[in-house]
Amino acid sequence: MTKINTHIGRRAFIRNTSLASGGLVLGFSFLNSCKPEQAKETAGMEMPKEWFEMNSYLKIGDNGIVTIYTPNPEFGQNIRTSMPMLVAEELDVDWKNVLVEQAPYHSEKYGFQFTGGSRGISARWQPLRMAGATARHMLKEAAAQTWQVPVEEIIAEAGVLQHAATKKSAGYGEMASVAATLDVPEEVQLKEVKDFKLISSSQKNVDAKRIVTGAPLFGMDLQKEGMLIAMIVHPPAFGMTLKSVDGETAKAMPGIQDVVTIKSFKDGFEKGGFDTNAFPELVAIVGNSTWEVMQAKKKLNVEWQPTSAFSETIAGFRGKETRNVPAGLESTTAHKAQMEILAAKPGKIVRKDGSPEAAFKNAAKIVERSYSAPFLAHNSMEPLNAFAHVEGDKVKIAAPIQIPAFIIPTIASSLGISQENIEMEMPRMGGGFGRKAYAHFVVEAALISQKVNAPIKLVYSREDDLTNGIYRPAYQATYRAALDENNKLTALHVKAGGVPESPLFANRFPAGAIDNYMAEEWTIDSNITIGAFRAPRSNFMAGAEQAFLDEVAEAMDKDPIQFRLDLLKRAKENPVGEANEYDADRYAGVLELVREKSDWKENDTTLHRGVSAYFCHNSYAAHVLDLRMENGKPVVEKVCCAIDCGVVVNPDAATNMAEGAITDGVGNALFGELTFEDGVPQKNNFHQYQMIRMKEAPNEIDVHFVQNEIDPTGMGEPPFPPVFGAMANALYKATGTRYYKQPFITDKPPLVG
Amino acid sequence: MANFNLKINGKTQVVDIDPTTPMLWVLRDHLKLVGTKYGCGIAQCGACTVHLGDNAVRSCQLPVSAVGEQEITTIEGLSENGDHPVQNAWMEIDVPQCGYCQAGQIMSASALLKRNPNPSDEEIESAMNGNICRCGTYTRIKKAIKTAANTEGV
Ligand code: FES
Ligand code: FES
Repeated sequence: MTKINTHIGRRAFIRNTSLASGGLVLGFSFLNSCKPEQAKETAGMEMPKEWFEMNSYLKIGDNGIVTIYTPNPEFGQNIRTSMPMLVAEELDVDWKNVLVEQAPYHSEKYGFQFTGGSRGISARWQPLRMAGATARHMLKEAAAQTWQVPVEEIIAEAGVLQHAATKKSAGYGEMASVAATLDVPEEVQLKEVKDFKLISSSQKNVDAKRIVTGAPLFGMDLQKEGMLIAMIVHPPAFGMTLKSVDGETAKAMPGIQDVVTIKSFKDGFEKGGFDTNAFPELVAIVGNSTWEVMQAKKKLNVEWQPTSAFSETIAGFRGKETRNVPAGLESTTAHKAQMEILAAKPGKIVRKDGSPEAAFKNAAKIVERSYSAPFLAHNSMEPLNAFAHVEGDKVKIAAPIQIPAFIIPTIASSLGISQENIEMEMPRMGGGFGRKAYAHFVVEAALISQKVNAPIKLVYSREDDLTNGIYRPAYQATYRAALDENNKLTALHVKAGGVPESPLFANRFPAGAIDNYMAEEWTIDSNITIGAFRAPRSNFMAGAEQAFLDEVAEAMDKDPIQFRLDLLKRAKENPVGEANEYDADRYAGVLELVREKSDWKENDTTLHRGVSAYFCHNSYAAHVLDLRMENGKPVVEKVCCAIDCGVVVNPDAATNMAEGAITDGVGNALFGELTFEDGVPQKNNFHQYQMIRMKEAPNEIDVHFVQNEIDPTGMGEPPFPPVFGAMANALYKATGTRYYKQPFITDKPPLVG
Repeated sequence: MANFNLKINGKTQVVDIDPTTPMLWVLRDHLKLVGTKYGCGIAQCGACTVHLGDNAVRSCQLPVSAVGEQEITTIEGLSENGDHPVQNAWMEIDVPQCGYCQAGQIMSASALLKRNPNPSDEEIESAMNGNICRCGTYTRIKKAIKTAANTEGV
């Protein structure tokens, strides 16, 4: 057994002594209307008379019912089920006796409550199991003391404590009052993977009933006594800012309370990496109901003016960095022209192995291809929104937000209050995909509430959400491969860039597998705001790289899977360089698994199939995508997928996420695109922005996991990036044309190279 | 402003409201029935789907003044205990990810099955094509509709 020192999560195990009699009192609970739903749902479960808090993650009722506080915000990956499963496994309780509640934001008790970067489960893997294991240990101690027997002889299983020799037995609930007074052990033993009973067994979504009955779960659903509705008006174009507003006509409209302007940052405030915000000065309109505010919003007279260029220092993840934000109204056509110029020039060399120049000079054949992808909008189904109620120097917030900790300093600074005076709850998010990591909308809600001195819910319209975006950047990459007279791959060169960020990962495959290798990058400054979008940068590089490798394999007359496996074999046995990020064995593992499960045959001409594999977020995913053309449009028949993300906590939920990632990838590869003209996003709602619908979704998705005992790694993002390459490669098989420019299908004739 | 007597989920509700107000906002803001969701406001996403009589309609495009005597059913009124066959199938297949689109999906699916208890794949696709799921749960939605098809009480 693994003995784990509890100090890692010790803070979380310090109980609030004022609650010694049990019962964890949460700051405030806005979604009170949820409670009857929950009561209805748990009707079969008798509620305890008293609760005993074991640590901040769990309390046990006198009848053995356990409440687990799930720490991270939920946006659809089903961590509200899988995180409590980690606690319940080590506590060793019957899953049907577990109630799940969302913890509020409280970094001292719950650590980094961050949902993103596919880090949820991996970051919580140890602390949450420890929370369960320490509580179980304390229950055993309590039984040992009560029965006057050695603690080593106590067995705690499925919510029951037993002592075989004396035939004594008690439910957890009976020992909880004593256990809750004991010291938290210095060390606990965690179970070994082979002993897991709950982890790796599929459990249904704990919120399923509430979701299918329309219970108020989302930030958008929040209602509160005296609450007003607020909407914002932001500049129509990137590169513009507020000049003046005349709100008189709007204010006279029915149900309208006020028109105010807000400024999201205090002068001199040092921004963090997630304070991205193109429009810090906004007009806000506040009224009694959403429809009235929407109508009055149209009557606002606002004048805008161009912004000036500026430079700012951001305190980001990797220390301070400087961002240059140019003035001007940007357009996609101009971006494309600039990108071509930079792609043709030498970039900044990030990695070089061997002598790529010589290899290319001596090559018998050079394969060179360029790939590009446009800006993408996140388009979470639930538009941005936030509830805020400022009262004096305090604020209560409830918002769908991925990283609450990162917006706390901004809220405190902008409101002029102390950080301790911010209370925050995290309702379920109707999707996030990275967008809800950038919480400017929460600051806006707080400022509006402060100005109008009332509780408000800020609601973004779909148009606001789409046109005030923090988008996936536009990217370009050129790949070159040198083949010698024996058709052997001797060098690989990649040069990639973007507006305004480079997508390059210089140390990922196929780096490490090729003697002569060079990776370069370039960037173009922009005032269009960009940020994380499901598997940032990987979501482009995977598609480009995997489509290119397909072409190289073809030029070398090799089976595309075997070609990749040969490269990985080299990377494993005799890696080039030391900075390679991936594990060649696990990489090969998913390719082998997908080859087997998809029944892949070399030179198969009966199917139009494309293969692709990628590593990101410490996990590995490989897809084989089958399609056929119908009336000139691709129909995705089947996607077979193999994933290695270590131990899979909740297999069916992980499968659901992989299915979603694949469907998302198919949609974005085929249609995803946002263009700009004079700074104006050219799409503002779903009549213009094509989202994948049921008709275009794959008919079948077949997900397989590599079985191993490795600690969990990322899951939400890794199956997404490889879809783009699998799609491009399958399209080639189906049409005979290589697809280089995303989106692959547009209303216009496809922009194929 | 005008008074409307609305029949919603089997109950009569009175609202005094601007006649152009879409039912979506009447439900959400005035009647606190927030299961019906706002996604686009322009009949493109289906998040706001409710039943008007037996038909699935986009409540963001249905002014309160156009409802008249017709019965409205929302996700909250689809079944008394959340056990409509479509809801059951959704739980059995564990369809939702974020869940935001799912009330609309369920309302579209239940209207489809009411008029066509055993739809083909094509019929499912065309009935459901107005409902976007950004999380991409379409394969599960299709499976759940097939599970619910032909069960008692659809
Ligand atoms: S909100 Fe009505 S269809 Fe989108
Ligand atoms: S489940 Fe998230 S939009 Fe459908």
